[in-house]
Amino acid sequence: MSSTSAAADASADRVQMSVGKEVAVELVGVNKWYGEFHVLRDINLTVRRGERIVVCGPSGSGKSTMIRCINRLEEHQKGKIVVDGIELTNDLKRIDEVRREVGMVFQHFNLFPHLTILENCTLAPIWVRKMPKKEADQLAMHYLERVKIPEQANKYPGQLSGGQQQRVAIARSLCMRPKVMLFDEPTSALDPEMVKEVLEVMIGLAESGMTMICVTHEMGFARQVANRVIFMDQGQIVEQNEPNAFFNNPQHERTKLFLSQILH
Amino acid sequence: MTDVASPGPDPRSAIYVRGTFVPPAPPPGSIVGPLGWSRRHLFSSPANIAVTIFTILLLAWAVPPMLDWLIFNAVWTGENREACLAPEGGKVGACWAFIQAKFGQILYGRYPLDQRWRVDLVAVLFVAGLVPLAIPRVPFKRQNAVLMLTAFPVAAYFLLYGGLGLPVVETALWGGLLVTLVVAVTGIVASLPLGILLALGRRSKLPIVKLVSVVFIEFWRGVPLITVLFMASVMLPLFLPSGVNFDKLLRALIGVALFSAAYMAETIRGGLQAIPKGQYEAAAAMGLGYWQSMRLIILPQALKIVIPGIVNSFISLFKDTSLVLIIGLFDVLGIIQLNFSDANWSAPNVPATGFIFAALVFWIFCFGMSRYSQYMERRLDTGHSRH
Repeated sequence: MSSTSAAADASADRVQMSVGKEVAVELVGVNKWYGEFHVLRDINLTVRRGERIVVCGPSGSGKSTMIRCINRLEEHQKGKIVVDGIELTNDLKRIDEVRREVGMVFQHFNLFPHLTILENCTLAPIWVRKMPKKEADQLAMHYLERVKIPEQANKYPGQLSGGQQQRVAIARSLCMRPKVMLFDEPTSALDPEMVKEVLEVMIGLAESGMTMICVTHEMGFARQVANRVIFMDQGQIVEQNEPNAFFNNPQHERTKLFLSQILH
Repeated sequence: MTDVASPGPDPRSAIYVRGTFVPPAPPPGSIVGPLGWSRRHLFSSPANIAVTIFTILLLAWAVPPMLDWLIFNAVWTGENREACLAPEGGKVGACWAFIQAKFGQILYGRYPLDQRWRVDLVAVLFVAGLVPLAIPRVPFKRQNAVLMLTAFPVAAYFLLYGGLGLPVVETALWGGLLVTLVVAVTGIVASLPLGILLALGRRSKLPIVKLVSVVFIEFWRGVPLITVLFMASVMLPLFLPSGVNFDKLLRALIGVALFSAAYMAETIRGGLQAIPKGQYEAAAAMGLGYWQSMRLIILPQALKIVIPGIVNSFISLFKDTSLVLIIGLFDVLGIIQLNFSDANWSAPNVPATGFIFAALVFWIFCFGMSRYSQYMERRLDTGHSRH
């Protein structure tokens, strides 16, 4: 990855943000099975407000599943997940409450192709937050400016490049003014030339103090932004550390192997 | 080739740096224009040339006699069968005079002459409501749709059937295009929302909702429409307590609507299955509830995908309205057939003329629906299918 090496020596201008004491997301002894397959095994993770977590690991290690449990796109069978003080159970009302406060950005953007960029951004504020349309439009334009594509507001997703679509997806999530943002491999479906523009938006978001949990293999981004890097394999957390120590001095054999495979 | 661009890499050298980018150039003449078109599409190979020539010969053989029969030798005016008989030793074409004489019946059936203005008024209201709905540029879509779905049916009921001071016209007197359109429009309007609900029900996670939907769909799909109509008109009265009389047309309407709803449900389910999982997840992740995400995200996309299938159902429903003939209701086709037995108009060319006219009426409506749906497909295309 071109951006990896570029940002690797950028740790000097690491994003400096204070991490609060308040707990934003807490996973305690979380277990999940797909049929017989034990996909998440005893996950314990506490994310404080303002913290930026990068989750990496080989495919099938359960990293996506873990963050999808945080907004209940996946259901966990054992353990406790508390988001912003609300415990996730089968109670649909609580699930909706959590989803209002947690934004998610997907690998394949998942923009709504039948709506314009602006409508994509205003949909949830209008229908979920019951915001007047005019106010929602202003809010959407504000965030579209922040991701640097206000001029595309009236186009449809199909008319935009991958990088632009992903930036819209970020703006769309921000329009709900979430307390936590989840990123599920946001750059892995992008053409190489478009990765940087999305990462820049994510870095800007980190600088603004957003609580972020990112599944990504952009190690440059991890070095520059993360407070903590988590390495997962076989459904469990194998190692976690602050980025410099994680990259320069990995402890577990599996981590070393993984890093040697991706940092070349 | 112009020499705007720098030459390509020298095959003898491994090093090459492009000087200028090659600008886009117009295509060569052989692939554009009518000549290019016919070369590519009509005369591209010996087999293709043979097919082209064969088709031209076939048209030359079939079209002139057809035009003779339909237009040049046709009888356009006349009071009775005499006009439509072939002159001594001559040939005669279609008997359009018959259609002209029976035109009122073809439109209204046996609806009383002095009350036909009521049908006309309903038709005017219908067109006045439908046209602004169908043209995308016209504003007030929502208000218009609400009017068409609430006020219009009520007005149409009182105008067509009677009440509120208007004399009652029994549905047994209705006929012709009136019956065709009443059955088709009611069937279309009722089957779409019902089909959507059934399709959602069949994909529901709630077992009882799912079971009811599956049973309903499979029952109505498994029974021929003729059976449905027979049951509605012959068997249903047996089960109803005596004295309770259910209008025959109403029974047919309900039968047709439920029947087509089952088909519609399966068409729409196909569309729902074509929507990527990511769309459901994105909607859920934003906190939209089930009905919100269905209404705002999933259905608009799913319905757009299955427009061809939906219109297919509409068209087949429109044509199936002819089956009401078997329960003693006379649609366009039925009323024309009924008039073949009029001794006044018994001429050899009358049945053919009648059937061709009936076919033309059906074709006009069905072709209109087809064209409109293609227009909507193009209009709703936001370009994402290319990605």
